[in-house]
Amino acid sequence: MLKDITLGQYFPGNTAAHRLDPRTKILLVVLYITALFTAGSFYAYGLMAAVLAACVRISKVGLKALVRGLKPVLFIIVFTGVLNLFFTPGEEGLLWAWGPLHITISGLRNAAFMVLRIMLLIMGTFLMTYTTSPISLTDGLERLLNGLKRFHVPVHELTMIMSIALRFIPTLIEETDKIMSAQKARGADFESGNLMEKAKALVPILVPLFISAFRRADELATAMECRCYHGGEGRTKLHVLRYERRDYVALSLGILILAGVIAMRAFGL
Amino acid sequence: MMDMIQTESLRFAYPADEGQNPVYALRGVDLAIERGSFVVILGHNGSGKSTLAKTFNAVLLPAGGKVYVEGMDTLDQDLLLAIRQRVGMVFQNPDNQIVANVVEEDVAFAPENLGVPTEEIRRRVDDALKAVGMDEFVTHAPHLLSGGQKQRVAIAGVIAMEPACVVLDEATAMLDPVGRKEVLSTVHRLNREKGITVILITHHMSEAEQADRVIVMNDGRVDLDGMPEEVFSQVAHLRHLGLTVPDTVDLLDRLRQNGWDVPLDALGVEECAAAVAGAVKKS
Repeated sequence: MLKDITLGQYFPGNTAAHRLDPRTKILLVVLYITALFTAGSFYAYGLMAAVLAACVRISKVGLKALVRGLKPVLFIIVFTGVLNLFFTPGEEGLLWAWGPLHITISGLRNAAFMVLRIMLLIMGTFLMTYTTSPISLTDGLERLLNGLKRFHVPVHELTMIMSIALRFIPTLIEETDKIMSAQKARGADFESGNLMEKAKALVPILVPLFISAFRRADELATAMECRCYHGGEGRTKLHVLRYERRDYVALSLGILILAGVIAMRAFGL
Repeated sequence: MMDMIQTESLRFAYPADEGQNPVYALRGVDLAIERGSFVVILGHNGSGKSTLAKTFNAVLLPAGGKVYVEGMDTLDQDLLLAIRQRVGMVFQNPDNQIVANVVEEDVAFAPENLGVPTEEIRRRVDDALKAVGMDEFVTHAPHLLSGGQKQRVAIAGVIAMEPACVVLDEATAMLDPVGRKEVLSTVHRLNREKGITVILITHHMSEAEQADRVIVMNDGRVDLDGMPEEVFSQVAHLRHLGLTVPDTVDLLDRLRQNGWDVPLDALGVEECAAAVAGAVKKS
């Protein structure tokens, strides 16, 4: 059950999408999201979907994996869709009404746009995490936000926290499994009962898990100090990020597409 | 030549609860660890052996007395990084000392901290992984490795600093026999081939057989100090300290008690067998 967590999942590969600099990919996702929120017509959404399809094709990540990423947010998608469908204000183009509920043409449009927007947004972001290893993702983030150091934002510390958290996810999952087995062996029941009872049964797992996490943190901090860790100052890197020609090409294309979507909106297309 | 590590009437106490007297974990330790030697520090739980190890690279600072690393005083804050670069430390739990989720990134962690140029880091990472026999696992995820492999990655992460000395603080305690053997043969090779001083803290007597020197700690003091043969021949005293002697020595000791004329210092299995065979022939 605990093995299903897809957070930060990465499908190793060697496609153009994998080889792009992580900074480029983060920037492209930002551009893509901006374009999604600018888009205001089915043509524009069609373009965005086509762009995503092309990226998926290049990355060779199976469409199945992307769709699976939508599952946890299915509820939000349906909820937003329904809300927009029934509660869009206005009476124009009324199709159906029952009490305060009514479906209009603009309501249908809004609902479709919202659903499309969320789905494309999530799939686009997932495509980035699927093609970028967590370590290069945090690396890219650190370099991108480097400028904020001038304003005393602890960029290095934050990205260090992120990469250590990612590093310890499998370790802590393994530990949780172990604790659960130990408790089950002594007769603990995690499956039956209502939601409250199930939540209560988790307490005896969380307590030892937290204690051991703190002990791990303490030991890791000592081990890091023993290996001369003293913050981000004067640190060098094994892998230095360098923009290649493909990064410039990808970024130019991204900007072009955003400009296209803005133009479509301006001309009411 | 200057000693690798030298301690002078070293004392250390862990902070006590209010109103209680601090308990001294180290009460006056005078030691000089020779450069290039392989030293094993033995002792039962609470003997102060781990505390002693942690004072060797300024993780713990002396409450009294001094620790010098290649002549550098560990109390000098300005020398902290230089001292830690010279004396690397490997801990008990391999999971809690691996920082990155790719093997090569983890080995690169220390040189990155030291500001080593990128090409040099690459060379050091490859050399260190080769030195511990893990060069096939450069891009692997550490959590998928076995205990012994993880511990070898941890050793590589220390070697990449190019230290003069490696301290292993019960680094084999959580490993299975296979993993323990891997780690031991790795540190013996590093000692032999690279001339790195190795200080091995353990409570496994058998790990001390091939050492140049064995130090037995008890109650915060050095109790015995000498060649393995010298130390282990004091069977009665070791038992009194709550330590078990290696199986070979145990066998020889029993034979002697039954009137056989065998030496006590035949530590290795082969030597022990030869000594017993010799005694049988003579009778």
